[in-house]
Amino acid sequence: MSNLYARITRDSLWSNNIVFAQTLGLCPTMAVTSTATNGLGMGLATTAVLVASNMLISSIRHAVSDEVRIPVYIVIIATLVTLVDVSINAWAHDLYKVLGLYIALIVANCAVLGRAEAFAARNPVLPSGMDGLMMGLGFTFALTAIGLVREILGTGTLFADAHLLLGPAFSFMEFKLIPDYKGFLLMILPPGGFLAVGFLIAAKRIIDRPRASVAESVQVAAPIIR
Amino acid sequence: MNPIAHSPHAHAPISVGRVMALVMLALTPATLSGFWLYGWPAVNLWAVSLLAALLGEALVLRLQQREIKPVLMDGSGILTAWLLVLSLPPWAPWWIAVLGSLFAVIISKQLYGGLGQNPFNPAMAARVMLLISFPVEMTTWTAPQAFARAPGWLESLSITFSGAQVDAIASASLLGHVKTEFTRGIEWQQAMSGYHAPALWGGGAGSMGETAALFLLVGGLFLIYKRVITWHAPAAMLAGVVVPAMIFSAINPAHFAGPLYHLLSGGLMLGAFFIITDPVTSPNTGTGQFIFGLGCGLLTWIIRTWGGYPEGVAFAVMLMNAATPIIDHYVKPRIYGRNRRGVSLEPVKKES
Repeated sequence: MSNLYARITRDSLWSNNIVFAQTLGLCPTMAVTSTATNGLGMGLATTAVLVASNMLISSIRHAVSDEVRIPVYIVIIATLVTLVDVSINAWAHDLYKVLGLYIALIVANCAVLGRAEAFAARNPVLPSGMDGLMMGLGFTFALTAIGLVREILGTGTLFADAHLLLGPAFSFMEFKLIPDYKGFLLMILPPGGFLAVGFLIAAKRIIDRPRASVAESVQVAAPIIR
Repeated sequence: MNPIAHSPHAHAPISVGRVMALVMLALTPATLSGFWLYGWPAVNLWAVSLLAALLGEALVLRLQQREIKPVLMDGSGILTAWLLVLSLPPWAPWWIAVLGSLFAVIISKQLYGGLGQNPFNPAMAARVMLLISFPVEMTTWTAPQAFARAPGWLESLSITFSGAQVDAIASASLLGHVKTEFTRGIEWQQAMSGYHAPALWGGGAGSMGETAALFLLVGGLFLIYKRVITWHAPAAMLAGVVVPAMIFSAINPAHFAGPLYHLLSGGLMLGAFFIITDPVTSPNTGTGQFIFGLGCGLLTWIIRTWGGYPEGVAFAVMLMNAATPIIDHYVKPRIYGRNRRGVSLEPVKKES
């Protein structure tokens, strides 16, 4: 059983990562990762939705018939997203002003529905929750990494405005890496998102290259649902 | 015994390397005039840019585990960097040229699969990237000064490589100046007072290779004479700018610039003869190239007249690059033995 959780963890965080391997959920990936803080916030919000939606859907999986499953999943996900949306608006209002538009779009994030279809609908509650958590953390990792690249190259800072997300105690995370940096606007603009995602996927494949030849049997691609 | 080879069995006697060499030869007069007008900093920028393109391309080819020498020797990377540097401000700092060359060669050419696979003109893609990312450096123009009055070689090194602030005769490009005056509601006659009209040999401030319209024209005509390019795209692009400029300046001469001003300023000549004639990113047929050029010209004029940027050649070329596949889809040459719709022609009866 612990073997199962280890496999879920490894798959979700790295080898079957939502962004870097499945390339799902690219809309929020491109849209909010202009800074690492935004990426982190979006990733955590998505993680909360993923855990809750996976567990709920898994617990009702015997009661929902195949024909109506997609509308049912969407209603559950939409409800959870609304909860997250309202919570962030209440408790992290400054972050909400940055992320606001995209929080609502988590509903349309194909990764959430994808995990519901591919995992939660055919597995017990606990592994589904674990899958949601790990997939969400993998997504958070990816968004933060992309945000780091774009923020460092684009404005020369690191985790700018982190205190908005995590509270004033975390303002120590904010760095100005390169003093007198005039900025590289392209990396903040949408093309920078595509460039950063492309180069990070390439980097992942280079890192995976020695292992891929050894373990051909690792299942990389999950069912893709958009 | 000859080895068995795939078709085509008949080859044109001209190679990629030779085409590139001819284009470079055609660019030489304009480049030399740029060196003459802007002095050693322009030479430095040119050298740095070409070197960066060569090294960058070699690096990518090595990562792809492809043969380095044949690709570098075909000259396409050098030509890309050359075209890019001609469209840069001549006294720009070195990293502008390096970043632009690397972006052009690595991201907008080799990542798409190398020469022949890139959908967008690499030089223009790099220029747009630089213009959007570094608006200050990309619009700091230097007034031309003949070689004698320009800084010496040692001083030029500090201008290019450490961004030394020389008491440079900085000056707005004519396009930028007129754009600013027009948006302030100032009329044409008044806007032009103090500025002399654009000259054929490059009197005004501007990019290194763009101001010398005459030399670019000579180079372009040489390429047409050598049959490296055809007349369709350049003629259409010039017409696409001149015709609307004539119409609008005839209607309202106070607020629309005339055709000669548009024709001789900015990157129009460079674009018409050297950029949009790139065989990779333009349509394949003569008619297609005419439509392509016309679109480039019209968009350039529209961006110059109403757009946010004073110059629009690079944006226009990239927009029309995106339209190239659809132009090629609708404009196809007639297949031999068939009519335009692809239906077989009736056989001609022999009269015995």
